Amino acid sequence: MSLKQKIALAVLAVAVAASLAAGWLAQHSYAEQSREFISSAPSAQFWLGTDELGRDRFARLLYGTRVSLLLAPAAALLSTFFAALIGGAAGYLGGFWERTVTTGIDLFLSLPWLFLLLAVRALLPLNTSPVTSVMITFLLLGCLGWAAPARIIRAGTRTLASSDYLVQAAAIGVSPRRLFWLHLLPNLRPILLAQFWISVPLFILSEANLGLLGLGVSEPLPSWGALLRELENYSAVLQNPWMLAPAALLVIVVSCLQLLLRTEESVAC
Amino acid sequence: MLMRIATVLLLSGVWAANAANELRFCLRTEPKTFNPLLVEDESSSSIRYLTGGVLIRLNRYTQELEGELATKWKVSENGRRIDFELRRGVRFSDGTPFSCDDVAYTMRQLMDPALHSPAGDAFRSAPGEVEIKCTSPSAAIVRFPGPVAALAKQFDEVAVLSAASPRKESAVLGPFELGEYKPGAYVLLKRNPNYWKRDANGHALPYLDSIRLEIQQNRELELLRFRRGELDLVNKLDPEMFDRLSSEMPRAVVDAGPSLDWETVFFNQLQTSPLPEYKRRWFRSADFRRAISEAIRRDDMVRIVYHGHARAAAGPVSVANHFWLNPSIQPASGSDTAALALLQHSGFRRSGSALLDRDGNKVEFSMITNAGNKLHERMLALIQQDLARLGIELNVVALDFPSLIERISRTYNYESVLMAWSNIDLDPSAQMNIWLSSAANHQWNPSEKTPESAWEAQVDKLMQEQNSSQDPNKRKAYFDQVQQIVAEQAPMLFLVNPNALSAVAPNVKNATPAVLDPQTFWNAERLQIGGPLLSQR
Repeated sequence: MSLKQKIALAVLAVAVAASLAAGWLAQHSYAEQSREFISSAPSAQFWLGTDELGRDRFARLLYGTRVSLLLAPAAALLSTFFAALIGGAAGYLGGFWERTVTTGIDLFLSLPWLFLLLAVRALLPLNTSPVTSVMITFLLLGCLGWAAPARIIRAGTRTLASSDYLVQAAAIGVSPRRLFWLHLLPNLRPILLAQFWISVPLFILSEANLGLLGLGVSEPLPSWGALLRELENYSAVLQNPWMLAPAALLVIVVSCLQLLLRTEESVAC
Repeated sequence: MLMRIATVLLLSGVWAANAANELRFCLRTEPKTFNPLLVEDESSSSIRYLTGGVLIRLNRYTQELEGELATKWKVSENGRRIDFELRRGVRFSDGTPFSCDDVAYTMRQLMDPALHSPAGDAFRSAPGEVEIKCTSPSAAIVRFPGPVAALAKQFDEVAVLSAASPRKESAVLGPFELGEYKPGAYVLLKRNPNYWKRDANGHALPYLDSIRLEIQQNRELELLRFRRGELDLVNKLDPEMFDRLSSEMPRAVVDAGPSLDWETVFFNQLQTSPLPEYKRRWFRSADFRRAISEAIRRDDMVRIVYHGHARAAAGPVSVANHFWLNPSIQPASGSDTAALALLQHSGFRRSGSALLDRDGNKVEFSMITNAGNKLHERMLALIQQDLARLGIELNVVALDFPSLIERISRTYNYESVLMAWSNIDLDPSAQMNIWLSSAANHQWNPSEKTPESAWEAQVDKLMQEQNSSQDPNKRKAYFDQVQQIVAEQAPMLFLVNPNALSAVAPNVKNATPAVLDPQTFWNAERLQIGGPLLSQR
C-alpha cells in the first residue's frame, strides 16, 4: 500500500469515526429546527451554520455521512454477492446457462433504472420510518446493482474455469461443487473486491441522485443526497461557501475510495 | 477591435429587438389547441387570452367586469337570460364584419354536445336547448334552459368566432392573431390590424407589433434568458427564484401580493379506503383535524418556506379575492395548547413523548406530496416538527406525481396529502366541484351518494343556493356561511396563499402585474417595448 493509499485509508477512517461519534461531536440533533436562526453563517453554536429550516448543518453532515458511508458499503456487499452468485455460476457452468444469464444481464442493464426505482419506491408502504425508508432505498440499490459486476465476474470465472489448475483438478476427480467453492471462488476474490469498491461510490452517488429528485431518504433524516440538494440554489452557495461542505466531503470520500480501489485492481491483475 | 465589433453587434441585436417591437415570454408547455372553444391547458388559454375577442372581460387588476365587444349587457330571468348590445363597426382580423350572427354562431358551437367545449361546461346548468336571438345586427339575446351562476362573468372565457369568415377560428377579434407556430420552439402572434380598441389619445392598440411565445419547460433556463435580456416577462416565479432575481435586478421583480392559489392538507375520510378503522376515526373527527390545523405554524411557513412571499390562509377564499372573502375567519393560531385541548376533548392523551388515542393506539400517520417540489418538502419538514411537539409522528413521503394522483383519486391508499391547488376564478361557483358532497373533487371523501354528515348536507344546500341566486349580496351571505362551516369542520386545512410573483424587463412599459392569471400580460394590448410612453391606464 502506497503512502497516498495509507492517507486515503486514514481519511476514510476519520470520516467513518466522526460520523459514528456524531452524537458526541454535534451540539444539536440533525432534526432540531432553530427557526429563529434560518440560513445562518457558521458560529460557535452552529459550526457549519444552519440550513433553510434552521437545522445545524454540522450535525446533519455527520449523520448524513453515517447514513451514506454505512449503507452504501452494505448495498455494495449485497450487489457483489448477487453478482458473484449469478455471474460466477454462469461463467462456471457455461453453455446454455451462460448464454441465458448474459442475455438476462443485457436485458437488466437496458432497463430504465430511474423509472424502475420510482415505481418500486411508489409501491412501498407509506408508514415507514425515515430509518426504514433509507434502508429500503439502499436495499433497492443493492438489489438492482448486480448486473454490471455480474458481467465482469462471469468473464473472470470463464477465464479461471479454463485454467490449467482447474482442468487438472477436474481430471483427478474433484467434484464440481468442491471445484467451485474451494478452487474457483477464492481465486475470484480480487475481482469481487474490486467490484465491491467500485460499487460503493456508485451507490453513494446513486442515492445522491435520488435525493436530488426528492426520492432518496425521507425527512428529517439527512443523507449526502439530501444535503446536496441545497446546492441547486447556486446564488446562495456563492454567498455561503460553507454549504459546499457535503460536496467537498463526497469528493474526498469518493477520491479516497478510488485510491484504495487501485490497490484492489492491482491485486486483481 | 474584437470588443468593438462585439459591442456593435450586441447593440445592433438589441436595436433589432426594439425595432421589431416584439414582446417575448415563455409558455411552459406546448399549446394543445388553437380553437378557443376547446381550450383546457394553460398555454392554449394564454393564446386564447391574447387573440380572442370576448363580449365581457374581467379586468384582472380591478376585478370588475368590463364591456369589450358588448357595450352593455343585462342579466335577467334569475340568470337564465342575458341581453347584449354589441359594439358597432368592429371587424375580425381578416376584415370580416362582426355582428350578432357571430355571437349566435359562437354560442351554438359552444353548446354543441359533439364539440365537448370545456368553456361551455359553465353554461350547462340544466338540460335543454340554448336560445339565441338576434333582434338587430348589434343586439343579441341568449336564453339558457336553467339559471347560470355568475352568468356575465362566464363570457370572459368565450372568444367570439366568425360565422362568415373562411378562416374560421383563425379570424379573431382580440389584439393579436396567430402568425406562426413552430412546434417545440415558439408561437408567434402578430398584431391584429383590425383591432377595434384605441387608447385615450386615439392611438390604435395594441402598441406591440408581435408577441413571441417561446416554448420552454425549464424554469432555470427561462430565468437565465430573462437575465440575459432574451425574454421580457416571467410569470409565476417561485420565492427562491424571485429573491435571486431580486438581488440582481431589483427593478424587474414584482410581488403582486397573495394569489388565489392554496396550499392545503387533507385527510383520507373515505369509508371504503384501505386504512385501519382507528385511523379513519381520527381523520373523520373534526376535533382531530382542527387540532392538526391549530398546531401548524403558518407564519413560520410564510417566513421560512416562502421568504415572506405568501399569506397565512384562513379558508378557501384568499385575501386577494376582495368581494368573496369572509373577513371574520382568521388563520389558525399555531398554538399547541389549543391543539392539545381539542385532542383531549376527543379522548387523545399524552404518554411520554407520544400521543395515544382513546384505545391506546399511537398517533402516527403519513403525509404524501409530489417529489421534487422543494417548497412542499420544506413545508412538510415544518409540519413534521410542529406535530412532533404534540407527540404525533408524521412520516413524510415524496411520490412521483402520477403515483400521488393514483393514490388520492383511484386507490385511495393514503392517509393525508399536502397539495397545491391552482385557483383561477374569483367566483365561488368555480368551487362547486370541491364543496358539493357528490363531486369527484370533494377530495377527502369523493362522490358521496348522499351527504355523510350534517355539515356536508348544509354546505351542499348553501352552495346550491348561492349558485342559483343572481343577487350578489345573497350569494355572498350564503358563501360566507360555507366558509364558516369549512373553518369549523376543517375538511381541508388551508395553509398559505402564495404570492403572485413575476418579473418584467425594465424596457416593458405599462406593465402592472396582477394576482389573477395571466399575471403580467393581462393588459397585453397596452404593453409597449421601449420608445416614449404612449398611454398609461
